[in-house]
Amino acid sequence: MSNWIKVGQLSDIPPLGSRVVATGSGPVAVFRAADDHVFALRDSCPHKKGPLSEGIVHGHQVTCPLHNWVIELETGDAVAPDRGKTACFAVKVEDGLVWLQRDEAA
Amino acid sequence: MNMMSAHKQRLVMVGNGMAGMRTIEELLARAPHLYDITVFGAEPHPNYNRIMLSSVLAGEKEIDDIVINPRAWYEENKITLFTDEPVVTLDAEARTVTSASGRVTPYDKLILATGSKPLVPPIPGLDLPGVCTFRDIADVEQMISASVTHRRAVVIGGGLLGLEAAWGLKRRGMSVAVVHLMPTLMERQLDVTAGELLQRDLDQRGIAFFTNGQTEEIYGENRVEAVRLADGREIPADLVVMAIGIRPEISLAKQAGLDANRGIVVGDDMRTTDPHIYAVGECAEHRGKAFGLVAPLYDMAKVCADRLAGIEGNLFKTPELSTRLKITGIDVFSAGVLTASDESEDEVTYSDASAGIYKKLVIRDDRLVGAVLYGDVADGAWYFDLICTGAEISSFRPGMIFGRAAAEPGKKPGDAVASLPDSAQICGCNGVSKGAILSCIKDKKLRSLDEVRAHTKASASCGSCTPQVQQLLALATGGEVTEKIPSVCKCTKHTHEEVRAAIREQELKTMAAVRQACGWTTPDGCAKCRPALNYYLLCAWPGEYEDDYRSRFVNERVHANIQKDGTYSVVPRMWGGLTTSSELRAIADVVDKFQIPTVKVTGGQRIDLLGVKKQDLPDVWADLNRAGMVSGHAYAKGLRTVKTCVGSEWCRFGTQDSTGLGVKLEKMMWGAWTPHKVKLAVSGCPRNCAESSIKDIGVVCIEAGYDILVGGNGGIELRGTDKLAFVATEEEVLELAGAFLQLYREEARYLDRTAHWVERVGIDYVKKHIVEDTEKRQILHARFLHAQSFAQIDPWAERANGAEAHEFKPLATVA
Repeated sequence: MSNWIKVGQLSDIPPLGSRVVATGSGPVAVFRAADDHVFALRDSCPHKKGPLSEGIVHGHQVTCPLHNWVIELETGDAVAPDRGKTACFAVKVEDGLVWLQRDEAA
Repeated sequence: MNMMSAHKQRLVMVGNGMAGMRTIEELLARAPHLYDITVFGAEPHPNYNRIMLSSVLAGEKEIDDIVINPRAWYEENKITLFTDEPVVTLDAEARTVTSASGRVTPYDKLILATGSKPLVPPIPGLDLPGVCTFRDIADVEQMISASVTHRRAVVIGGGLLGLEAAWGLKRRGMSVAVVHLMPTLMERQLDVTAGELLQRDLDQRGIAFFTNGQTEEIYGENRVEAVRLADGREIPADLVVMAIGIRPEISLAKQAGLDANRGIVVGDDMRTTDPHIYAVGECAEHRGKAFGLVAPLYDMAKVCADRLAGIEGNLFKTPELSTRLKITGIDVFSAGVLTASDESEDEVTYSDASAGIYKKLVIRDDRLVGAVLYGDVADGAWYFDLICTGAEISSFRPGMIFGRAAAEPGKKPGDAVASLPDSAQICGCNGVSKGAILSCIKDKKLRSLDEVRAHTKASASCGSCTPQVQQLLALATGGEVTEKIPSVCKCTKHTHEEVRAAIREQELKTMAAVRQACGWTTPDGCAKCRPALNYYLLCAWPGEYEDDYRSRFVNERVHANIQKDGTYSVVPRMWGGLTTSSELRAIADVVDKFQIPTVKVTGGQRIDLLGVKKQDLPDVWADLNRAGMVSGHAYAKGLRTVKTCVGSEWCRFGTQDSTGLGVKLEKMMWGAWTPHKVKLAVSGCPRNCAESSIKDIGVVCIEAGYDILVGGNGGIELRGTDKLAFVATEEEVLELAGAFLQLYREEARYLDRTAHWVERVGIDYVKKHIVEDTEKRQILHARFLHAQSFAQIDPWAERANGAEAHEFKPLATVA
């Protein structure tokens, strides 16, 4: 069953950057790493709910703009010594188009 | 490692607080595999530093900062932890405990570490919403949330705990009154004089006091409204904090038939009257005494851990205690007896009321038995050691009230610590002795204060013993502790200076080139080095290097300040603090059109529009642009504001046109990126109404010309400016200020304010380059103007015209 939805083109997201997808259950941040891997996380740091989409992306990690927690883009886990987890969503790129798995995100 | 758990003894601990968990830590250090350990905590949190709740309340620390052992620690040490699960039944015969959820857990050995409960007087109104105690995280959370929604707080109790609560609530913006039963504050730790000084100082900080105040009733309809005292006085209140004291929590012990008076009776080996049960911490009573300060509780932990590990011999001894108050800027120390009790004891006092210093020593038989210090506590550790060791003091008695330096001339500051015995306790919060610190520094080859803190926990809590820990570090390393020059970040070993030199000398013009040349270990750096490198490249190659917005902190990327709710603030530039009716009209229209909730005048003489939604930013900017206003860069590590007074144009004291000069400076400097934010001020006369002496660059006009001041900072650490030069003309002011800013841009580390930088290199260095060396000054000034020719582009206008549009719109909207 296809529950993937198209959210835009890869080129809409700057490398080492992020864009937000507004969903019924809050914003989802879609990140693009320097190697063009794409990740999707709930746009909310596990620490104080800071908008991760506004953070600085490096490697496969993002640093939250509010208090510099570092979050793994792959898993949503906070990097030690901090502890916590942000929900992550399935996302894929096909022919330059970015797809987000719907029932998880909506 | 392959021990069979079936053969392990079961150790259960009731209580997950500081004394109990310290016992477990000490036990693990002695016998890591001896027991299967289970811990029950009544609070929903892992073990945290209760002493630091005052700092959380005062906003100096977050709750996350005070956790001692996170849950992962329990897992790593194979300790079963049940939080939010108080133990309700102890069956000493069956050797089981039962928790509130009905979990029955058998034990071979049991530790009671139940702590204390707040003492609450039998008065009406305690159940009203808005009444709380000050004991745990839930209390602090309640107090913090009340401070957001309500205004008036009454703290009942003027002891250590009550005053720290009062100060924290004051820091959070509440109006605070303290009701205290006794005539003076902290009467158990301070004598009358010191108590009165303390009250005077707190009174000046805006806390009201009701001493000799017996609380009779707390009343209110749906929430607390006021506190009524026995003498009829009434104090309005939206929040009432009960902080009159603590009482050992002994109900479980009593239920099981253990001996208990005020606390659970323990012997010198921390065993209760049941040989399988130990008690440690505030709940324990040793030789008729229960303790509320942390130092003796940690001693208990060591003795108890010894016994559990099968080590005999070490006994708990009632220690001498010393007290400090954790209120920022108020220094209080006391130890031993507070006043002479009879003629065999002498009091020696020193008092300087206007300096706010008071010291009292109590002496018996040429030995120090007590000390009370107010305002100057530098010698507290020395006095405390003299009290503990009972050393004979006759040889230096005459000068000892003036401190160690006067009593034993020729001694250097570090000597006090050097001459302490290894057993002397340095860190009271964490119970760390001098010997433990020294051997850890030696064994682990520690070289910095942070390392010592990480390994020993000394000075890691309230920080008041930091000077002693630093002296020990200097002592242990033979004084070789030189300030280690920090590397840019963990991605590289190279310092800021080395990286900047490489950029210049090897002509590195991209971040990737810098990372390659300087041995970065990460492919695209981290959130710390990326903004720094971006700035260094921008500064080194103006007009050539293209700014990398993805390496900027969010505020600089979207050209507005992110607020805690995710909205933004917008500050248009007002040159030198000047505005016009048409600008104000345009601002008013923008506020109405975009329904901006808050409009505020800033300290830098600008107008701040707060609560703007991100997607509205480009439209807000477009409207402001149309009225001739540009970005005020209130979000930037760059030139922020030039604050001015009205000067000779209007003011009868004004000597020069300070407003006009401020506008010229701002027109020259706006748009400049710098290592950190930069603020200027120009005052028209030495009355200094624009506060030039706490600015990065300040100008004070006098009849003959202009004093130029640099390196000031009104922030967390106040630093007054250093005088750079006196000049006669405005042109010279502009050239010197531009050269100064460029030297700072080129040589300071990223995130250094001018204050840090000037402090480090020294004002003489700065003078040498830009006052004494005319040619260098002119070159720097010219380089600054060249850089400015690329920097002075209004970022708002660019974005209002569609640049970086993706920043302000979602990628997609999913229903």
